[in-house]
Amino acid sequence: MSELQASDLALFWAGVIALAIMVYVILDGFDLGVGILFGSTADEAKRVSMMNTIAPFWDGNETWLVIVGAGLFATFPTVYAVFLSAFYIPVLLLLFGLIFRGVAFEFRYRSQRMRWLWDWGFFIGSVVVAFVQGAAVGAMMRGIRVADGQYVGGSFDWLHPFAVLTGVGLVFGYALLGAGWLVLKSDGALRDWAYTRIGWLVAIVFVIIAAAFATVLSVDTGALAQGHLADRAWGWVFPLLGVAALMSAAWAARARRDALPFACTALFFVAAFLTLGVMFWPYMVPYALTVANAAAPDVSLRFLFYGGVVVLPVVAIYTIGVYWVFRGKVRGGYG
Amino acid sequence: MALDPVILSRIQFAFVISFHIIFPAFTIGLAAWLATIEGARLFTGNTLYRRVFDFWLKVFAVSFGMGVVTGIVMAFQFGTNWSVLAAKTGSIQGPLLGYEGFTAFLLEATFFGVMLLGRERVSPRFYFFACCMVSLGTMFSSFWILANNSWMQVPLGHTIVEGKIIPADWQQIVLGPVMMVRWPHMLLAAFLTTGMCVAASGAWYTLRDVHRDEGRVMLHWGLALVALIIPVQLYFGHLTGLYVLKHQPAKFAAIEARWENEQPASEVLLAIPDEASERNLFAITVPKLGSMIASGNWTAAEVGLESFPKEDRPPVVIPFFGFRIMVGMGLVMLAVSWFGNLLRWRGTLETKRWFLWGTFLSFPSGFVAVLTGWFTAEVGRQPWVVYGLLRTKDAVTPSLTTGDVAFSLAGYMVVYAVVYSFGLHYIYCLLRDGPGADAKPGSGVTGATGKRPLAFAGHPDTATGGSRRQEP
Repeated sequence: MSELQASDLALFWAGVIALAIMVYVILDGFDLGVGILFGSTADEAKRVSMMNTIAPFWDGNETWLVIVGAGLFATFPTVYAVFLSAFYIPVLLLLFGLIFRGVAFEFRYRSQRMRWLWDWGFFIGSVVVAFVQGAAVGAMMRGIRVADGQYVGGSFDWLHPFAVLTGVGLVFGYALLGAGWLVLKSDGALRDWAYTRIGWLVAIVFVIIAAAFATVLSVDTGALAQGHLADRAWGWVFPLLGVAALMSAAWAARARRDALPFACTALFFVAAFLTLGVMFWPYMVPYALTVANAAAPDVSLRFLFYGGVVVLPVVAIYTIGVYWVFRGKVRGGYG
Repeated sequence: MALDPVILSRIQFAFVISFHIIFPAFTIGLAAWLATIEGARLFTGNTLYRRVFDFWLKVFAVSFGMGVVTGIVMAFQFGTNWSVLAAKTGSIQGPLLGYEGFTAFLLEATFFGVMLLGRERVSPRFYFFACCMVSLGTMFSSFWILANNSWMQVPLGHTIVEGKIIPADWQQIVLGPVMMVRWPHMLLAAFLTTGMCVAASGAWYTLRDVHRDEGRVMLHWGLALVALIIPVQLYFGHLTGLYVLKHQPAKFAAIEARWENEQPASEVLLAIPDEASERNLFAITVPKLGSMIASGNWTAAEVGLESFPKEDRPPVVIPFFGFRIMVGMGLVMLAVSWFGNLLRWRGTLETKRWFLWGTFLSFPSGFVAVLTGWFTAEVGRQPWVVYGLLRTKDAVTPSLTTGDVAFSLAGYMVVYAVVYSFGLHYIYCLLRDGPGADAKPGSGVTGATGKRPLAFAGHPDTATGGSRRQEP
């Protein structure tokens, strides 16, 4: 790869997209997690309360995924093209999962007879979306095959055992985030129920991370060898921070501090994201396309910049506003 | 025709975009209609308009929600199935479509929420202003889509560097002469689509003798608006035809099913074009009219498809019939709206049941015109995806297999069948039960936000008054 220097605009947009991914993972992560936990109880009262804790938020949370998708197309079209080609089937499953979840959410209340279908749709949709996102991260860590700016691998290259492991990991990771959210937003029986799940979920996430580390250190050494974590010793601060955050989440659940499990899990996700950042930088599609050689010309980046500096803050303010309006514990329910 | 990733990807794109465009077309029109009727209420103080407004606002919320759901799919299609197109033209198409997304985000985050939930919280004037801004927002959303598509039809303002098509002059790209004709054409089509639906709903209520006051408003306003807009639309349709003649002569020849160069050229009114033998079966033609339509005189020479190498010719059947169905729908709207206004003038509009039935049954005319018009434009652009620059067959994702696309296409069909049947059933219930079935829109639904419009329309148990159980 050429040692091209990324322009300021390219760095700006790479930063915006990275931030949008981060915001998406935490925000949609908790509502996907609630959807995953939704499938682990058959108690209708709990299910209704769970839905209520995410009702005003879930749709807006997905906005950030569209910002990532549309942003990549506009500012890093090669990354957009390669990523979506390489993950053709997972992206399809992601879209189907999101659609089914969304529709299930709106139609669940409208139909008694079909409720079972929407309940399954909501649960399965959430699990599938979480799984393919996690699998995509695992497949990215192993590297994407690219030639002449196009994906040259097969349709199922992503479905490697390591990626399956990371996919399952993210299902439980999001469930943990969702359990933290339920503790934060509910009280009574649902909060107690969510508290008891946090300890288990932390343990499972730990086991999966350990298994992933064991895999890359033993049977699948190629995956990490290409990353830059080894030659960036300072970067180890992030995985250590992640482990500390995860342990704090379990401790906070035991101490029954309502706001802390979610905050700690969110911090864990930030740390994991930064760890990946240290591994990948300056690659956007590891280990083939860098920020510099995937960026659209500055004339495109500048054109979009004028809209972005107006719209993105408005979306951010709107997001904060909605969370502020619907702050506190859910008691009556939002419908 | 062998099923390869290219043809399957084309079918898939046509499928998902066709089922998407229906909702934006409807919502652009609905937003303008809501702003109009809210304005009428503000300036006349007539509370009847408020009831009509509240009713259509619910329909608007549901179709906006459906548009967003189907639109998310569109945001990924270019990369999943057309990655060469995405990589080569992404620095032009990406920002244009990005601005469309920005417009939608801005709308959802601001005035759309005010419109759905702010009736009691802001002054009537500001509420009307919010309605106008939402209407303007939907129009600007379509502006970017049309700017992007117009650039694909007639690419301008770009340069080619290392095989990539990159922007050189944004003003030319965004505001090309073609765009200035096609954007109004699409906006007017959206207004007409909604106008016909509004009039048809009014006719439906009048026929069933329910919601007579609201039905009268819908019938009269709908027919009056369509009658005013349709001549303007026919004119913009003509201008659109002229751009095709000037910039895409092969598409024009395909629409006309003109195989040979002719002077003077006849006009094929109806025929069965046969692409294998390059001639028309059972053609009904009018001598010399073809020259008049294209060039404005009775003697001009017009090019036929024989002037283009075979590999540069578009398919003929879809543009030919698509165009004629579109024009036919325009004539239906013209006939219904003008005749309806004649009846209005004579004071017999609400008693002529056969006419009310005709109006009710012509509710899909706008949707059919929008779809067939787009089929004509898009199929007629073939074999190019970006006219003259990039062929469709070269734009497809190279790593795709036939199995991949067959799987995804089947998946989209199943998912859309489920989502659509529920969405349409819901809109149908809203329309069937009519205004006033729900005392207050959004009542009891506090989880609705600008980003979650489907929740706003309320539960059908209240919105449809439980009348579903009375259905046979």
